[in-house]
Amino acid sequence: MIEHSLQALGTALAAREVSSVELTRLYLDRVAQHNPQLNAFITVDEAASLAQARAADARLARGEGGPLTGIPIAHKDIFCAKGWLTTCGSKMLSNFVSPYDAAVIARFTAAGAVLLGKTNMDEFAMGSSNETSFYGPVKNPWDAARVPGGSSGGSAAAVAARLAPAATGTDTGGSIRQPAALCNLTGMKPTYGVVSRFGMIAFASSLDQAGPLARSAADCALLLNAMAGFDERDSTSLERAPEDYCRELAADAGPLPLAGLKIGLPAEFFGSGSSPEVMQLVEAAVAEYRKLGAQTVAISLPSMQLSVAAYYVIAPAEASSNLARFDGVRYGYRAPQYDDLNDMYGKSRAQGFGAEVKRRILIGTYVLSHGYYDAYYLQAQRIRRLIANDFAKAFEQCDVILGPTSPSTAFRLGEKAADPVQMYLSDIYTIAVNLAGLPAISIPCGFVDGLPAGLQLIGNYFAESGLLNVAHRYQLASEWHLQQPAGLV
Amino acid sequence: MSLTIDQVHRVAHLARIEISDSEADRTLGQLNEIFALIEEMQAVDTQGVEPMAHAQDVAQRLRADRVTESGQTDQRTAFQSVAPETEAGLYLVPRVIE
Repeated sequence: MIEHSLQALGTALAAREVSSVELTRLYLDRVAQHNPQLNAFITVDEAASLAQARAADARLARGEGGPLTGIPIAHKDIFCAKGWLTTCGSKMLSNFVSPYDAAVIARFTAAGAVLLGKTNMDEFAMGSSNETSFYGPVKNPWDAARVPGGSSGGSAAAVAARLAPAATGTDTGGSIRQPAALCNLTGMKPTYGVVSRFGMIAFASSLDQAGPLARSAADCALLLNAMAGFDERDSTSLERAPEDYCRELAADAGPLPLAGLKIGLPAEFFGSGSSPEVMQLVEAAVAEYRKLGAQTVAISLPSMQLSVAAYYVIAPAEASSNLARFDGVRYGYRAPQYDDLNDMYGKSRAQGFGAEVKRRILIGTYVLSHGYYDAYYLQAQRIRRLIANDFAKAFEQCDVILGPTSPSTAFRLGEKAADPVQMYLSDIYTIAVNLAGLPAISIPCGFVDGLPAGLQLIGNYFAESGLLNVAHRYQLASEWHLQQPAGLV
Repeated sequence: MSLTIDQVHRVAHLARIEISDSEADRTLGQLNEIFALIEEMQAVDTQGVEPMAHAQDVAQRLRADRVTESGQTDQRTAFQSVAPETEAGLYLVPRVIE
């Protein structure tokens, strides 16, 4: 059962071959067995999950179920869920039981999915290794001495270890795609504005976007069907007609399913910045795509090399503003002792935030402060435009852009934790996508010494459906995504 | 460009994050390494490039100012249940005006 696709689980539930209570129990037991080792979950509430499972079973018995009814889903602890501890991986919110549901949570609930638990993450989604969490690092199921990636590291580890059939994540600079790559999963960051950010704790508001983490593109399509949609409570949510992200996947496309597809290979993704072993796997995937009928075309994204610099101005600037709300007054952590109001703010924030979050707040405060705004924030926004223009020009020549997701496979716990700049550079291939607001997906493309590597496919605005199809056709012709870590049965 | 220790203290004050002298020293080194990375931007001529504030070039929607949560508009108790200190429906903070 734990190797079933979401569609197969849905079919089994609809046929009453298995009940949602049985399925939820199975996964809760797996979490109880393996989570002490992996630390993928921050909060599990068996009674609450099983109550939702019973409700799903009743709905299925009435014949009113949908494709996700009764399926347990793990949610990144950045999504507020009513009555659930919602920490965002921070001491600051270690006592915050949300009084309301995020839009993503509400949409899954409406679909009849079961909330299996809240997953570990880098504090306020700031990190690429899940080592900045107040709740401790998450271990990679493929090698417990290595990181699962971040910031959605708990979600990725949970799905990779089959502690959940699927999970949600958020991606500000690669936080869905990089953990997907490091844990042998499929993870998608949709176009900015496709999934509502209401109730999703804000990090960098012009970049943050939620998406699915699962074992295949087909599973991601099903999840995105539930997640996407207009929400007037998010002022950046886009008003678009609803789309069925599964439709292209179901089509019978013959022996050359991708005939006519033009895949752009940017010189900047194929330089010396990645491990040669990872690049060999990416090249092999390119060869496979040619067999499926796709053509390749050489392209260039010349401003991409500036994306990390621009990102580490824009994201901290927005974070310093967003995280100003954590003042120890209305919710969250308040220092036990203080003198006056300013002392209460200063001590609550000093004690409630971890080192990486403080670092980014300080960077952001500095670049927005008087006299520096033009040199940093405005310059970064102009470079952001250059990067977006590069992509626009590239999409005149191709339909999809292909490259590695991450320059290496999973690194060791502690390897980069003391060197912020090295950690930031591990997101070199993912950050530009967020700056431009484009959709992208990471899919498994092979192994280096037993560790998974990820292939990134980037599409034009609102090309989710096509991207999922391009990923799906590769997965029909390959078995990398079906591999599972040993020792977790 | 590099920051000074005084600037670190000043920025920490603006951000309302208490910082000890030893923490400020450590932070200074890290921030300067990060700013060395950020400074790569300064070599680029961006004259005439329109700053991109948002991932989509669309104007944000306006909405009517009306009550949207029918039936349970009074959520004060629920929202204040997660507050560090309240009394009679008010949030308590240290005295600001003597």
